[in-house]
Amino acid sequence: MKRFMNLRPSKATALFLGLLPFFILVLFYLVASDARLAENPNDKLLPSVSSFVEAADRMAFTPSKRTGEILFVEDTVSSLERLGLGVLISAVLALLMGIPLGLIPFVRAGLSPFVAAFSMVPPMAVLPILFIVIGMGEMAKVALIVIGVTPLIVRDLQQRVSEIPAEQLIKAQTLGASTWTIVVRVVLPQVLPRLFDAVRLTLGTAWIFLISAEAIAATEGLGYRIFLVRRYMSMDVILPYVAWITFLAFLFDYLLKKFTYKVFPWYDAGKERS
Amino acid sequence: MKSLFKSTSKLLVATSLVMGLGASSLMADVKDKFQVSWTIYVGWMPWDYAQEKGIIDKWAKKYGIEIEMVQVNDYIESINQYTAGKFDGCLMTNMDALTIPAAGGVDSTAVIMGDFSNGNDGILLKDKKDLADIKGQKVNLVELSVSHYLLARALETVSMSEKDVTVVNTSDADMVSAYGSDEITAMTTWNPQLSEIMTNNKSANLVYDSSKIPGEIIDMLVINTETLKDNPKLAKALTGAWFEVMALMKKGDKEALEFMAKASGTDLKGYKSQLDSTMMFYDPAEAVKFADSADLPKTMKKVSEFSFDHGILGEGAPNAEFIGMAFPNGKTFGDTKNIKLRFIDTYVKMAAEGKL
Repeated sequence: MKRFMNLRPSKATALFLGLLPFFILVLFYLVASDARLAENPNDKLLPSVSSFVEAADRMAFTPSKRTGEILFVEDTVSSLERLGLGVLISAVLALLMGIPLGLIPFVRAGLSPFVAAFSMVPPMAVLPILFIVIGMGEMAKVALIVIGVTPLIVRDLQQRVSEIPAEQLIKAQTLGASTWTIVVRVVLPQVLPRLFDAVRLTLGTAWIFLISAEAIAATEGLGYRIFLVRRYMSMDVILPYVAWITFLAFLFDYLLKKFTYKVFPWYDAGKERS
Repeated sequence: MKSLFKSTSKLLVATSLVMGLGASSLMADVKDKFQVSWTIYVGWMPWDYAQEKGIIDKWAKKYGIEIEMVQVNDYIESINQYTAGKFDGCLMTNMDALTIPAAGGVDSTAVIMGDFSNGNDGILLKDKKDLADIKGQKVNLVELSVSHYLLARALETVSMSEKDVTVVNTSDADMVSAYGSDEITAMTTWNPQLSEIMTNNKSANLVYDSSKIPGEIIDMLVINTETLKDNPKLAKALTGAWFEVMALMKKGDKEALEFMAKASGTDLKGYKSQLDSTMMFYDPAEAVKFADSADLPKTMKKVSEFSFDHGILGEGAPNAEFIGMAFPNGKTFGDTKNIKLRFIDTYVKMAAEGKL
């Protein structure tokens, strides 16, 4: 009996269906933009394709009038520096905290409730305190990402470590492994790929904190530019920037996934089996 | 097939209109319901009072229309929504009127110039007392706003330019808490934040303020020109309501002032001190004089040049004269074929002559 749920699209159909929503969105945009531009040729809400091209040319290929730098490159580089540094620090901190929290009952008893409570504090709500404690410079932007992202990864890693079957830990102990050896030889290899997974999942959050930090006080960055030109409603700059951020986020996610499967082949294999 | 595409695109246009992407300006004609957006600021609190006490309703009824004053939390957002066509009118400064709706091709008319900043905007230096000490410092301000303009004007007076400082874009909502940070040494902001910082920090020295450039930062009621042309009743009702409240304020009506103080998050004393640094036109005749003065076109020329230098006159603007402006008595500035910002005295004059 043929049922709809059992029909599978061919490769070409799948590609077409995958692109269709994007196509509809673009078409919808073009029609709406045309309608508004017909009424007011200077309309800024839904600019035409040609103004996107002009804006891209201005931001990405023409040196800025004021500083002589290419703004788009400058924005991207400084945002990626902040994001990269923030996520790196978060990942290292999370690894240093997550494993003891998950493996050692004394550490768990002492810190787990604190970490759980701390992870619930919305960083944006305590921003005024953060300003005074860490200032408003470059450090503050990285710190906001670290504060926002670390607890999420820590809690995930703690969970993963405590999910390691007790049999494995007991077996390693009967073979004479110390706590340290178990951390290095049993826990770490299983948890590292999980760390990369957790980082992938928190990248979206990290972007949010990055852009919020740049909206508050900055002299360059992708989030800074969006909030600056928002002041005079330059959607011709904002929309390409949003597309660029989306693309970067997508790219990192993809690269991290590829990297994880390449470096930790057992993780990939384990997934396929289950 | 062609007709299918045609009807589909028609459907899409219709949908986008329904979704609110299509602006009310597309359908500008005679109507009887209007919305005006406003944000909290010392010179705009009278609008809140007029709305809450039914003064707006009273005047709207007189002209057979309905007016709703909508408070928007974020100042820029309220202007952006007006520019997108969601509101018929909006309260904004002269510079923002030029760089947001006018640069966005939305023809706007400043119907009432209610006041100008006469000390409400200022530059603070931490521990230093002289404006010239600002050289080389990082200055926190809302970039491309009137604060930025004020800084540029201040730097001129000590023969410096923006190149001598680093401008750090900082949200207006975060100014007060940001001042506590050690890295912050210079700041340009406006009231109520400005006075809040000065009362709480002995290190804050006001080295320059808008009273040195009187009449250049103007707070005004802007109405979409097309809507105004089809519905002069809207401007009449709003102007009538405005000057009714102005008369109360001029008398020092305690109830009205206390209401406005509370609504802007301060007490009577705090609100009065903010009013002291605001040049309010209580009397319509003064407002007419200000609108008709030869200084207004000169100010707008400066604002236009500043805006062009900072690239906020819109793309494709080859020079500061790109956006034309019209002033009372037929004076103009810039391209007369592209007039997008109009200053008028029509309705304020009617108020002065008691014809509303």
